[in-house]
Parts: sequence; structure tokens; C-alpha cells
Amino acid sequence: MSDISTTKATADAMISMTGVAKWYGAFQALNDINISVRKGEKIVLCGPSGSGKSTLIRCINHLEAYQQGEIRVGGILLGHQAKSIDAVRREVGMVFQQFNLFPHLTVLQNCMLAPMRALGLGKAEAEGRARQLLERVKIAEQAEKYPAQLSGGQQQRVAIARALCMRPQVMLFDEPTSALDPEMVKEVLDTMIDLAREGMTMICVTHEMGFARQVADRVIFMASGAIVEEAPPAEFFSDPKHERTRKFLGEILGRH
Amino acid sequence: MGQDEFFFLLMGLKWTVALSAIGFVCGCVAGLGIALARTSGVPLVERITAGYIALFQGTPLLMQLFVVYYGLALVGIKVDAWAAVSVGLTLHASAYLGEIWRGAIEAVPRGQTEASKALALGYVSRMKDVVLPQALRISLPATIGFLVQLIKGTSLASIVGFTELTRAGNIISNQIFQPLTVFGIVGILYFVMCCPLTIYGAHLERKFAASVR
Ligand SMILES: Nc1ncnc2c1ncn2[C@@H]1O[C@H](COP(=O)(O)OP(=O)(O)OP(=O)(O)O)[C@@H](O)[C@H]1O
Ligand SMILES: [Mg+2]
Repeated sequence: MSDISTTKATADAMISMTGVAKWYGAFQALNDINISVRKGEKIVLCGPSGSGKSTLIRCINHLEAYQQGEIRVGGILLGHQAKSIDAVRREVGMVFQQFNLFPHLTVLQNCMLAPMRALGLGKAEAEGRARQLLERVKIAEQAEKYPAQLSGGQQQRVAIARALCMRPQVMLFDEPTSALDPEMVKEVLDTMIDLAREGMTMICVTHEMGFARQVADRVIFMASGAIVEEAPPAEFFSDPKHERTRKFLGEILGRH
Repeated sequence: MGQDEFFFLLMGLKWTVALSAIGFVCGCVAGLGIALARTSGVPLVERITAGYIALFQGTPLLMQLFVVYYGLALVGIKVDAWAAVSVGLTLHASAYLGEIWRGAIEAVPRGQTEASKALALGYVSRMKDVVLPQALRISLPATIGFLVQLIKGTSLASIVGFTELTRAGNIISNQIFQPLTVFGIVGILYFVMCCPLTIYGAHLERKFAASVR
């Protein structure tokens, strides 16, 4: 349990992770993670492959169980009981690298399923909401198609709309553009930028440094399961403090 | 062979169809339970169902029918041959279908379960709305293949004295001493039931392979 000062400091946080640690068997994937994200804040999380970025954001909606520390989302303490997990998942939307749309359902049905099953919305209301959000990600005309009939960029925008249909307070993105052909990256990033402008609280794992510069309030750099450095993008890119950050930036920016 | 004998065979055919249907339908219901238990993530439940599957896959159907037929009588439960055979076929089918569907459930990409969890869907909706519809599709060719095996397997019911198609053929053959004719017809009747299913299964398999690529 955290002491009183940290509880106070994180009381108005939308997401707070305090001393979070996670192991896969004997391998420690996360080590003493402390993050506090205010409402409306945008965080970009980056780091070398295997550094624990996915593991970190997957702990926030309990796709992975953590063994130590404390995670709170919108004031809800994320325990290991189904009740608190469900409560948190209703507030947290997630977008995956591989889209993970339901292939046997149409775009519209993909967007309606969770609001109906998890929030208990009626069919008409769920459909209204779905169409509105498909409109917002500029894909309304594809509503009756199946995911396989769409391009990667379109599928990822549907995945964003599907998550938004739950009216989450937080959106998590795990390398949402990494599986896309280069010409489709922009349409997805533009959708994310729109979402950021509308004030969504976001944590994005991405190596799109242009997006980080444009949107992020803070960039967090991870290595070997720990947070190495954390700074506003201007400072992060121009004046990285740690050797590992510099090395990583050298590789990633050199590549582009 | 006269009309009466042929009619007798058709009566046997009727029971073969009925036994197959009972075994398949009840086996599907029980098999779904087995498949869900086998993928429940609860180690004890998974181990017990794995044992159940191994038991029924590792012993001959004939022996299973014997055990149910004579076993039930031994513990004092008097059942008709057809009830005993139905129970035996159901147990047998549930183990095979359970195993086929376990494989299919596990073949649905992990991302599907993860996406449904992230959308706050509970276990029931996750299975009913997301995983099972996809798993069923994947398993359809194998499921149909098993149905064909089951139809032919009902012939073993003749051994416990149940007059289905094979036993009806046996009886007629003993009466009119034309085994080749009689069993030729019996064989054709089995073939007419099974072959369309086999073709349909192969068709589904091709369709599925095409839609994946
Ligand atoms: N299910 C698992 N079982 C065991 N080890 C795992 C598992 N998932 C991840 N790991 C390990 O945990 C570490 C962190 O993995 P993670 O996927 O979080 O990294 P990442 O920063 O997202 O990497 P990438 O950029 O490649 O996506 C890696 O070393 C990985 O091998
Ligand atoms: Mg990752």
C-alpha cells in the first residue's frame, strides 16, 4: 500500500501506477514503475524492443496481472478481482498493433457488441453511437463491410471507433501504426491527433517521433523494464539526459 | 430379396439415423461443455477433462458400449439397448467433439480474446459472441468428419443386440442367404448417408482455406 503523500499526489490523476512490478516466471518484466497521468494528458511511451512497453500498458487494463504495487484508473483501484477489473476496463479503451477486429462481424457490429454486452445499451442506442463514432473516424460508409474488406489503415480506424464506443476516459495505444503500410500511417495518426485535441487522456506506445513532438505532453523512455527518463518532447529530443536514451534516439531518428 | 426384406433394412436405417442424431446432438451439447472446461484455465478442471478425453479416445467404441450396456445392468439400472447405446455414443462423441473444439478454440488468435477483454466483455459474451463463432467455423470440416465416423460407428450397436442397419442386414442375410446382395445394399445405404457429408466437409475446408489466405 502507498503512503499518504503518494495517495494525495495521485488523487487527481486519471492513471497512477505506484511501485508496480511484474514477473513472467522468474523474469522481471517491470521494475518499480511509477507513473501519474493527469486527465487529458498525452503520454508517449518508447524504448527498445523488449523493454516492457506493451507489458506496462497491458497492466493498466489487466490484460497482464501485476504482482507488486498499485494501479488506479479514474480513482478505481485495479485489484485482481473480476469486479474491479471490469470496472477499469469499462473506462479504458485499447488499440492493438494487429487491430484485432472481430472478423466474423461487420464494422458496425464490431462497434455495437461491447456497448450492448458490457454497458447494457439497447440496440438502437448502440447503433446510433457506433455510426456517430464511425463518422468521426471518417469511415461511416464502410459500416456494413467486414474487416477483411478494409485496408489496414481503415481497420485500425474502426478499432479506434470500436474502443471509443465504450466512451472510455482513457485510451491506450500499443504501436497502432507498426503493422501498417507506410501510406496508411498518416490516416491513423491523424485520427489519434484529433482524439488528442478533443482532450482524451492517452498513453501511446509508438516510435512515431513526429507524433510525439506534435501531441505528447511527456515522453517516457523505458529500458529493461524500468523507466529511464521522462521529459516534455522538446526537452526529450533536444537534450536527453541518459546515455541509453541518446543511443535509442540515435537509432530511431537515424532510421527515419 | 423382396420388398419386405428391403423394408426391414429401411427400419434398421431409421434406427441408424436416430442413433447418429442422438449421439451427435447430445454429443455436441456435452462436447461443448468438455471443450469449455478443457480451455477454462482452471488447472484441475483442465486435467480432469483431459483425462476424460484420453479415456474415450484411447479405448474402442465397442468396449465403451459394452461397459455402458452391461455396466449399467450390473449396478442395477435396467435400460433398453437403445438407451444404453445412446448414452455410450453420447459419451464417445462428447470426448471427440470436445477435443476437436478445444483445438478450434485455441486456434482462434489470442488477440480476439484480448480485444474482447479490453472491451470489458465478460466470459460468456467473450465465448458466445467472439470466440465460439470463429472456432465453430474452423472446426466445421473436422466436426463433419467425426459425424461420418459416428454414423458408421453406430453399426457397433448391433453387437449389444440393437437392430440398426448393420444388424438388420445380418438378420435378412441369414434369412435369404444372399449376403453379397444384402450387404451390398447395406453398404450403399451407409454410403448415401456418409458420402454427401464427406463432400460437404471437403467443400467447407476448401472454402475456409481460401478465406484465410
Ligand atoms: N507472455 C510472456 N511470457 C514471458 N515473457 C514475456 C511474455 N510477454 C513478454 N515477455 C517478455 O517481457 C519483456 C517485455 O516485453 P514487452 O512485450 O512488454 O516489450 P515491448 O517493449 O513491448 O517490446 P516491443 O517493442 O518488441 O513490442 C520481453 O523481454 C519479453 O520477452
Ligand atoms: Mg510491444
